[in-house]
Amino acid sequence: MARKTPEIPSASLADIAFMLLIFFLVTTTMDVDSGLERRLPQWVDPEEIPEDQQIRERNVFVVLVNRNNELLVENEYETLDNLRERAKEFMANPYDDPNLPEKEPKQVQFFGDVEVTKGVISLRNDLDTRYGMYIAVQNELVAAINELREELSREQFGKPYSELEKEQQDAIREIYPSRISEAEPKRVGGN
Amino acid sequence: MSKFRKKGGKELPPISTASLPDIVFMLLFFFMVSTTMREVNYMVKIELPTATELTKLEKKSLVSYIYVGEPLAQYQGTFGVSSRIQLNDQFANVGDIQDYVIAEREARNEAERNMMIVSLKVDENTKMGIITDIKQELRKSAALHINYSSRRRVER
Repeated sequence: MARKTPEIPSASLADIAFMLLIFFLVTTTMDVDSGLERRLPQWVDPEEIPEDQQIRERNVFVVLVNRNNELLVENEYETLDNLRERAKEFMANPYDDPNLPEKEPKQVQFFGDVEVTKGVISLRNDLDTRYGMYIAVQNELVAAINELREELSREQFGKPYSELEKEQQDAIREIYPSRISEAEPKRVGGN
Repeated sequence: MSKFRKKGGKELPPISTASLPDIVFMLLFFFMVSTTMREVNYMVKIELPTATELTKLEKKSLVSYIYVGEPLAQYQGTFGVSSRIQLNDQFANVGDIQDYVIAEREARNEAERNMMIVSLKVDENTKMGIITDIKQELRKSAALHINYSSRRRVER
């Protein structure tokens, strides 16, 4: 007759589990990383930059940030609070103001023939600009374009932009492209 | 009277601890599933800027990090107080970034190489000069998809 095997004591199980638990508690970081997503332009050799890259002045929205973290928008002092509205007005140009960017007719899915802006936002900062300020400005510019897309999406499809099909999002992106260009670095005022 | 006294004198039965391991295991599994290991020790002080238009970095395997900020107090004797770049577990110069990007790209499998994202974790008081240099280096090494890591700010 087989002898009954003694039962393994399970009293220490809790202690072992606690030890593992504490290890994971200490090493864990819960937050999901998030941030402003941008795409950098292709690298071009400085000597190969074509000279005749002319864009009409009315098509460019110039944003300068100097070393004292002050904003100059289209040659006027501006505050961060007004930047978003200014950028929206520039990209949308609702009343075809001759000082705001030109539009070109384009065939877009779901929308048919529409006028698409030729505007470009140009952001330039000084070497001594604070990074926090730079991100704040970038954030306002991205927010301006996102708000325009959101408004168009609600008007056309009656849904927020994030709930649209991929083709619909592409169509809206074609009407309001995210054209934020950053000039090659150089010093800006206030030296 | 003696009837009541007898009742009060009775001992409370001890609470059973048999279910304690189960409870602890449940907590343990929760933390094991939700955990992401910290990849590096910060050697620089990073206070992230705030923004509203955030996108989440969904796939951790695609992301490489570049840290920029002032060295922590214990490193200031050797490396000074001005902003420095940290790659993996050591301080680096702007010139090292191209090598770093190439190494990071090599470490990924073929299908994911084009989708690599570089996350810049930069202290908000850093000067833009160093960031601009980093961006130029990233452009040279064709790592064009970047993410300026920031915290969520509540909309005004």
